Amino acid sequence: MAKSADKAANLIEVRGLTKVFGTLTACDHVDLSIREGEIHALLGENGAGKSTLVKMLFGSLEPTSGELFWKGKPVRIGSPSVARSLGIGMVFQHFSLFEALTAAENIALSLHDGATLDEIASRSRELSKTYGLPLDPDSLVGDLSVGERQRIEITRCLLQEPDLIILDEPTSVLTPQEADKLFETLERLRSEGKSILYISHRLEEVKRLCDRATVMRHGKVVGHCDPRKETAASLARMMVGTDVVTAESTPIELGGAPELLAICGLSRKPAGPFSMPLKNIWLSVRTGEVLGIAGVAGNGQGEFFEAVSGEALQESADAVRIRGKSVGRVGISARRRMGAAFVPEERLGHGAAPRMKLSENLLLSRHDTDRNAFVALGGFVKSGAIQSATQRIIEAMDVRKSAPDPEAAALSGGNLQKFIIGRELDRQPAVMVVNQPTWGVDAGAAARIRQALISLARAGSAVLVISQDLDELFEISDAIAVMHNGELSKPIPRGEATYEKIGLLMGGAEPGHAAPHHPEVA
Amino acid sequence: MRIELVKRPERSKLFSALSPFIAFALTVMAGAILFAALGKNPLAALYTYFIDPVTQVWQLHELAIKAAPLILIGVGLAVCYRANVWNIGAEGQFVIGAVTGSILPVMFPAATGWWVLPLMLVMGALGGAAYASIPAFLKTRFNTNEILTSLMLVYVAQLFLDWLVRGWWRDPQAYNFPQSVQFNPSAVLPELDPMAGRANWGFVFALVAAVLVWLMLSRMMKGFEIRVLGSSPRAGRFAGFRYSYMVFFAFLISGALAGLAGISEVSGAIGQLQPSISPGYGFTAIIVAFLGRLNPLGIVAAGLVLALTYLGGEAAQTALGISDKVARVFQGMLLFFVLASDTLIHYRIRFAGIGQKSTEAA
Repeated sequence: MAKSADKAANLIEVRGLTKVFGTLTACDHVDLSIREGEIHALLGENGAGKSTLVKMLFGSLEPTSGELFWKGKPVRIGSPSVARSLGIGMVFQHFSLFEALTAAENIALSLHDGATLDEIASRSRELSKTYGLPLDPDSLVGDLSVGERQRIEITRCLLQEPDLIILDEPTSVLTPQEADKLFETLERLRSEGKSILYISHRLEEVKRLCDRATVMRHGKVVGHCDPRKETAASLARMMVGTDVVTAESTPIELGGAPELLAICGLSRKPAGPFSMPLKNIWLSVRTGEVLGIAGVAGNGQGEFFEAVSGEALQESADAVRIRGKSVGRVGISARRRMGAAFVPEERLGHGAAPRMKLSENLLLSRHDTDRNAFVALGGFVKSGAIQSATQRIIEAMDVRKSAPDPEAAALSGGNLQKFIIGRELDRQPAVMVVNQPTWGVDAGAAARIRQALISLARAGSAVLVISQDLDELFEISDAIAVMHNGELSKPIPRGEATYEKIGLLMGGAEPGHAAPHHPEVA
Repeated sequence: MRIELVKRPERSKLFSALSPFIAFALTVMAGAILFAALGKNPLAALYTYFIDPVTQVWQLHELAIKAAPLILIGVGLAVCYRANVWNIGAEGQFVIGAVTGSILPVMFPAATGWWVLPLMLVMGALGGAAYASIPAFLKTRFNTNEILTSLMLVYVAQLFLDWLVRGWWRDPQAYNFPQSVQFNPSAVLPELDPMAGRANWGFVFALVAAVLVWLMLSRMMKGFEIRVLGSSPRAGRFAGFRYSYMVFFAFLISGALAGLAGISEVSGAIGQLQPSISPGYGFTAIIVAFLGRLNPLGIVAAGLVLALTYLGGEAAQTALGISDKVARVFQGMLLFFVLASDTLIHYRIRFAGIGQKSTEAA
């Protein structure tokens, strides 16, 4: 193996790695090398094949073909335990922790050296202090924030003393300030000679942190570069393949615009042992307005969406008002009849039934509001009317599909999301509530969805967008409120909002929720 | 080396349709091995079991008698299973339907007239539905597991019937035999063609129920609700459908159909109540529902096939001297092969570690 004298040796090298799932080639002859003591970025949009690639490096998936070299020697990584014994550690995007156990117990479960719980607790306390990841090993995971849970995962990974640490989208669950702390830890690890494979689609942090970058698109490596010498725009172009379009939003004067959606003192007890209670939330969205709700995942956004949509009822009818009518005690169908439309975070299994056709999924959210159009006397479904409405939505939103009326699960994430958003836009709702409108959606579809939401608002509707993507919220919102620990901050007008301000609120620095300031509340 | 099930990207439409036939063929093959192991000529035994019982018209009538309750119950269970509601207690609902339907002819044997039979059928269906509402209530109110409660209620129903025919409802004229009075003629379900065989109107009820439920599942809003709640409960809630309501709906429909099957069986084929009125129709109907792919029209065909295993079991007992429990063996194998075929439609087997290039040796 060739080693250049002026550069550090390759810790791991991958040649022609390919993974085929059925008809889909998730990774297509991928080449990648990571040197000792570098932070190497793996960049790409959702669905570009990043996760598949690292799963093969960590042994959770077996490659269809290709070669792996670890410290110059060919290896076969058949399982995660092989990867660990070689010295590869991984911190997954979705944590694998038991919520009912303590941090130390969770760590003990993945170590196999027979250490007692006390030894593990003291070792992890020491280690976490050294690397600036403060952690109480005796705390229950269920009580910890997402950022703290990630520290457990990282500590667990470091205890195995790996040479290569793989981090999958680590900052997607962190506030900007928490992310800064993580970067310090990672820089420290690099200075100790460890290598890090850093997976992300956030360009600014890659530019700041990483020494080299490999960019993937549609399962192929499209380029290697030094991210510090690139601009965010040039990196984005490599990732997406074309120039990235951003949605256009002109400022709007809301003055005395009527209020269409009002949340007045909404509280909700936790539905399960680990779900977030909602605490006295006040909110008002007016005609013409796009209001954004920022926040780290798991701070009550899902519970809030369920309460607003009517999937969960409130104790008081006045807690939710749509177009002036109190709807807190009625379900989702009645709220839809008031002119509201909802798009949940999960596309498959919540917003759409995966194994049902698009036309049937149209009926899913529209069977009640459009009963006259879609259901005939005696409860028979009018399939002709539904088919033509489905085609209308597919054309309006440019949904790409392989069959005339495919199952929802057969569509790509972006195309299904376009259909789900289009299904609601087709009704021209007065109030639109969307949770994570572009999560896992490719850039082209995301821009189209964002533009559609702005247009809907400007045409006279009230739009409420819950998102973890701050860039998105800054792009489309007229004002941004922050949800933290089940509480909602006062909305900050876009003109006054900065990443810094929002980030502090996301971390819970100013936990004060908006006061019941609304004059119209009886 | 390890064996893994890998999810297929797409289901084969062809094999989804073929799977019941493949399962049946495998059952016949396994049956042949079984007969050979018992020292019988496999071909002759299979002929006795599967062909001989349906060579004459009167035998086809017997087949219809056995198939009618299987189809009626199976159609109701298809509604349950499509809605992801696991009613395992159709046998109990069948028994209670038979009991409530028999109130009229047993307690008021003097009642005659055209209205007696329809009223009995309605009471039977209502009784079955009411009995099925118990596990539905327990599930929605206390979040109990309906598989356990509905199954346990089977034994309650069977013992209740046993107690009735030995005690309160025993025919005083029957020399202490545990049985009720013979139903009077206006309480007996008429035969379709008395000259040709014994098949009664129960078979017609089964066909009508199958067509109606098929219409509901495939063409109506209600069927859509059932399918959505069954396949993606969260999407169903998003649609505004309520699962707790669906639990009741599914249990009531299947309970009513099982109850109707029960009273049809008692007032048709048997003509009185006795300690045992079913050779396990309520359980066999579970196999019928799955063999029919939870499609009411498929269930008609599956009901006929399973009815044949009962007739074959009787034939095997008389002609071959084998225990009639062989019918249960065939039913069990059939269910096993159906579920196995379905698994292989959704997944393929992969032998991990074979065919992989071993790079360690390089």
